[in-house]
Amino acid sequence: MTAVALGAGEVSTHGLTKRYRLDVALDHLDLDVPAGCVFGFLGPNGAGKTTTLRLLTGLARPTEGSATVAGIDATTGGRALAERIGALDQDPRYYGWMTGRELLVFVGRLHGLDGIALRSRVDEVLETIGLIDAANRRIGGYSGGMRQRLGIGQAMLPRPSVLFLDEPVSSLDPAGRRDVLELIGRLRGTCTVFMSTHILNDVERVCDRVGILNHGRLVTEAPMEELLASHARPILELDPEPDQDAAVAALVATVRGQAWTRDVRVDHGLVRVFVTDADRAATEMLPLVVASGVRLGRFERVRPTLEDVFLALVGTAGEVRA
Amino acid sequence: MSAFAGFRLLLQKEMREQLRTLRLVVVVAVLAAFGATSPLLAKLLPDIIKAAGTETAGLTITMPTPTTADAVTQLVKNLGQFGLLIAILVCMGTVATEKERGTAGFVLTKPVGRGPFITAKAAAIGLLLGAGIAAGYALAWIYTAVLFEALPLPGFAASGLLLWLSLLVTASVTFLFSVLARSSLVAGGAGFVALIVTGIVAAIPGIGAYAPPGLSTPAIALALGEPVGDLAGPIILNLALVGVALAAAQVAFRRQEL
Repeated sequence: MTAVALGAGEVSTHGLTKRYRLDVALDHLDLDVPAGCVFGFLGPNGAGKTTTLRLLTGLARPTEGSATVAGIDATTGGRALAERIGALDQDPRYYGWMTGRELLVFVGRLHGLDGIALRSRVDEVLETIGLIDAANRRIGGYSGGMRQRLGIGQAMLPRPSVLFLDEPVSSLDPAGRRDVLELIGRLRGTCTVFMSTHILNDVERVCDRVGILNHGRLVTEAPMEELLASHARPILELDPEPDQDAAVAALVATVRGQAWTRDVRVDHGLVRVFVTDADRAATEMLPLVVASGVRLGRFERVRPTLEDVFLALVGTAGEVRA
Repeated sequence: MSAFAGFRLLLQKEMREQLRTLRLVVVVAVLAAFGATSPLLAKLLPDIIKAAGTETAGLTITMPTPTTADAVTQLVKNLGQFGLLIAILVCMGTVATEKERGTAGFVLTKPVGRGPFITAKAAAIGLLLGAGIAAGYALAWIYTAVLFEALPLPGFAASGLLLWLSLLVTASVTFLFSVLARSSLVAGGAGFVALIVTGIVAAIPGIGAYAPPGLSTPAIALALGEPVGDLAGPIILNLALVGVALAAAQVAFRRQEL
């Protein structure tokens, strides 16, 4: 694969808006995704991620605003746009009567490939997506995960400039997810990957730039590290030993009442304290723990995760999975 | 990729789909069966009725001697009626189902325009119905020749083309509704309504000959080698109906969001 020059504006939108009668699916989206990066487009279900992808792939028209993909006006769609993109639908359902190999050959031909170049590219993609053994089986007999792999394969087959992936790992098992995320990671620098998802761990693992959408509005858009750093409010993590529910509850109540406490979240026994003054909190926390009689397995000052940032920006509404 | 190259690729895919899903085999087999049995039934029906008993409670039914005209009339009626049903069933889901399943969106994010997508589908349906009518007419011609007399081939072929045209009108109207509707059932329902409307129009004296079902009368005459009046008007009107329905389908599909 050829490396692409990193720069600005491989996917750009300005005031991109989509309304369905009174419902605003996407509200003045301004994005600038540089070439060659893996961009994670995050948001709860119904935030407008799929609508954005449909607008950027030319399947829908915006109510207002503009969008360019690889320098092509995406709002008018057309063959010029399609020649530069690969797209994977959220729930890929292809022609069940075709075999996996036939589908890839069909896609390759639609992109003008033929002969030995097509055959070798199809074999290469089948190998990459791990479907070489099932290549001659009908797609109708494929599992959801196999269809998703095939979907990624058909999207990357023509070596597009921009790869749009709508929830690319949603129906994969953990091993499949790991493989596909590794594959997406390997595409960094060779094409721009625009990946929508609501699975935060996946974004954190593979994306180098993130946009967060909520109720059709872009909440934030920044490089991953910058985003984590800008929201790097300190967190103290306490991991109490088991069977101390009453004592832990009392400790949480005490900690909530401290001036330096911003929020306390308890998840599966793990206590996460979001603080405003890290130094004071670190000094005063342990005496509080000792006084409560809670035995700790671990006490650590941790860096916020993307989930923390996401929940801080979007709130707890929506289906957020870590 | 040029629009024609895209059309050719998509038409190949449509024809392969018809073969793999056995749609082609079923449609051709059903219409061929009607083609073969029409002259057979015309020939054997008097004997069947005779065997069932023609004298009941003092009532005597006299059956006329079967003729070639009976065979051809049976053929045109059978292929016309069942062909229309098949045309609606085949067309109702052709675009609506692809929109429902998302396969239309999958194809249209590739460098192939919406025009070739729609044209290839319409052409594939036309070829499917054409293959069915051709098979039905071929077997009917053979059986008619064996059981009655050999009919002039050019007129018989022209009759088949006329019947094919009448099926194409219903097919293209149902196809248009398949583009407009999100569900194949809605498209099929609209196709049936269109069928009823054309049936009503065909019963109106004077203009009935111009409606698709009105083509069956000259189709029978052509097959029998009998003279027919001026067919230019009905043919042009029905071709125009097909053209308008397909053009409307193109325009509607270009404007649609998937």
